[in-house]
Amino acid sequence: MSAKTLYDKLWESHLVRTDEDGTALIYIDRHLVHEVTSPQAFEGLRLAGRKPWRTEANLATPDHNVPTTERSGGVSTIVDPVSRLQVETLDQNCRDFAITEFEMLDPRQGIVHVIGPEQGATLPGMTVVCGDSHTSTHGAMGALAFGIGTSEVEHVLATQCLIQKKSKSMQVRVDGQVAPGVTAKDIVLAIIGKIGTAGGTGYAIEFAGDAIETLSIEGRLTLCNMAIEAGARAGFVAVDQKTIDYVKGRPYAPQGDDWDKAIAYWQTLHTDPGAEFDKVVILDGAAIKPQVTWGTSPEMVVGVDQAVPDPADEADKVKADGMRRALEYMGLEAGTPIQDIAVDKVFIGSCTNSRIEDLRAAAEVAKGQQVASNVKLALIVPGSGLVKAQAEEEGLDKIFVEAGFEWREPGCSMCLAMNADRLESGERCASTSNRNFEGRQGQGGRTHLVSPAMAAAAAIHGHFVEI
Amino acid sequence: MEKFETFTGIVCPLDRSNVDTDAIIPKQFLKSIKRSGFGPNLFDEWRYLDHGEPGMDNSKRPLNPDFVLNDPRYQGAQVLLTRENFGCGSSREHAPWALDDYGFRIIIAPSYADIFFNNCFKNGILPVVLDEKIVDELFAQATLEQALSLTVDLQQQQLVVGDAEPIPFEVDPFRKHCLLNGLDDIGLTLQHVDLIKAYEARRADEAPWLFS
Repeated sequence: MSAKTLYDKLWESHLVRTDEDGTALIYIDRHLVHEVTSPQAFEGLRLAGRKPWRTEANLATPDHNVPTTERSGGVSTIVDPVSRLQVETLDQNCRDFAITEFEMLDPRQGIVHVIGPEQGATLPGMTVVCGDSHTSTHGAMGALAFGIGTSEVEHVLATQCLIQKKSKSMQVRVDGQVAPGVTAKDIVLAIIGKIGTAGGTGYAIEFAGDAIETLSIEGRLTLCNMAIEAGARAGFVAVDQKTIDYVKGRPYAPQGDDWDKAIAYWQTLHTDPGAEFDKVVILDGAAIKPQVTWGTSPEMVVGVDQAVPDPADEADKVKADGMRRALEYMGLEAGTPIQDIAVDKVFIGSCTNSRIEDLRAAAEVAKGQQVASNVKLALIVPGSGLVKAQAEEEGLDKIFVEAGFEWREPGCSMCLAMNADRLESGERCASTSNRNFEGRQGQGGRTHLVSPAMAAAAAIHGHFVEI
Repeated sequence: MEKFETFTGIVCPLDRSNVDTDAIIPKQFLKSIKRSGFGPNLFDEWRYLDHGEPGMDNSKRPLNPDFVLNDPRYQGAQVLLTRENFGCGSSREHAPWALDDYGFRIIIAPSYADIFFNNCFKNGILPVVLDEKIVDELFAQATLEQALSLTVDLQQQQLVVGDAEPIPFEVDPFRKHCLLNGLDDIGLTLQHVDLIKAYEARRADEAPWLFS
């Protein structure tokens, strides 16, 4: 038997059929559903008189539109009627089609990409999809996970399958260890800085190497979350003992005999020695610094000890134009040291960085400190109700509140500002989210992507600092 | 889905790389539970001078005269010419819905983000990949005083501009077949119900925890 990559194994174990031209029908084990990309799919099902193929393969929760402020009154507390209708529509669709949903007031509600692993609903070896590009997150469990559009949401609901072609394979290897203070977020931003936002287009990325093996599962979730920002629909990490320990005992995890069988299978979920990738990219872990984005694409990123780059130094004209446009939008001058950039708001949250380890890292920086006077708002938005409860049990909420941060209810929040949490035009934000696109956090808002510790440090100092 | 026929349309040149789906259709319009009506908010933040929200009368909003979609030359354009990595970011299918609702049936770029590329085909939009040099030449022609019109022949897989040599392009055979025939993916997949059930039975035996 020839040596296989992890991607080969995940792909082949889900093949229902393959055409001569390579077009394949693959089986989907887990479908996560949220309120923004599903209503038109349910509508399509109804119009065609179809039912979900396998109801229990679906798990739903509202996350994008939910308020993060006091909401104990339920869905009626959503002020924006259009947002409210979208959440009500999800609730109704899940009731109509008997799909399990963690509704807004359920303690298990949260960002889909936080609750999947947290519940053990996304397991090693699974195919996981969701109408959301950050579905790549679940690859951290050793799963093949990718985002889909609404037509495909309907397709999965109706058939439990998707029509796909196999991607090319890429290994991104981070050799050696990173320095203390350098997190999974910094690693993935450094990777995107190296290969570019289209560097992974057409590929499925396996992250490997010493620095990746050292990462906790939560760190790997952060890493795989941003595979899509490198252009790759899917990013994943091989299963190891940490993965198995993480899954054990979670509500949806296998139990009894199934658990033993599952472990035996999961232990095969790695790339065989000698297997070949279509492309290999290698980074030196020790050379990675804490990262800060300066522009309007995640590839526009530098180390915190560097300065905003100069478009005049870029040979490619299209790229240089993009840099100039980004500098103008961001209100920055080339050559400005990153540490001289002051921020107006700070956002710690999103499917990238809202898990308990993220909150602990931020709390460690914030403890006994005060948010700087130039920072108008510093938000902490836990990724799920369970993360929030855990943080409160550890007293993290008190640390944040005493330091001047706001402690909120779980949801996507200011990562994409579909709810009331947003930047005003011209405001600058240190954000632990995943996209610094124009207008992403509010029209005219300026986003700098950073790790939770860096975001907390920026809140305390009022600008970026070496950590 | 509507069948994709050969047709001729005006080319609108959007000279930016890495255009993301947040720019194509900003998030406030994603709150709709419908599939249609996104066209007036296509490229909303670039197209209008004010801040757009769902429910506004878009015909009364101030237009940004510097944005290419508002250029009188490109009114009624059906072909969008743009740069590399078009459609990156969010998986929102509202992006192709908005492009389609506006009237675009063809996009031409050197490269696309994967999810967006895939979403286009599901909505009868053809995303054509052309070499960067050819894209550059098309930009030069599309930005002249007289708008450029071109003909797209999907069957022959070529673009025809005036009397010049036709420009060939690649397209996945399965996707071409679906576009030409207006085929619905779900209907196609449901022809394989037996295979899906057989897979489930096999898999439930190998990995019972996935079905418990």
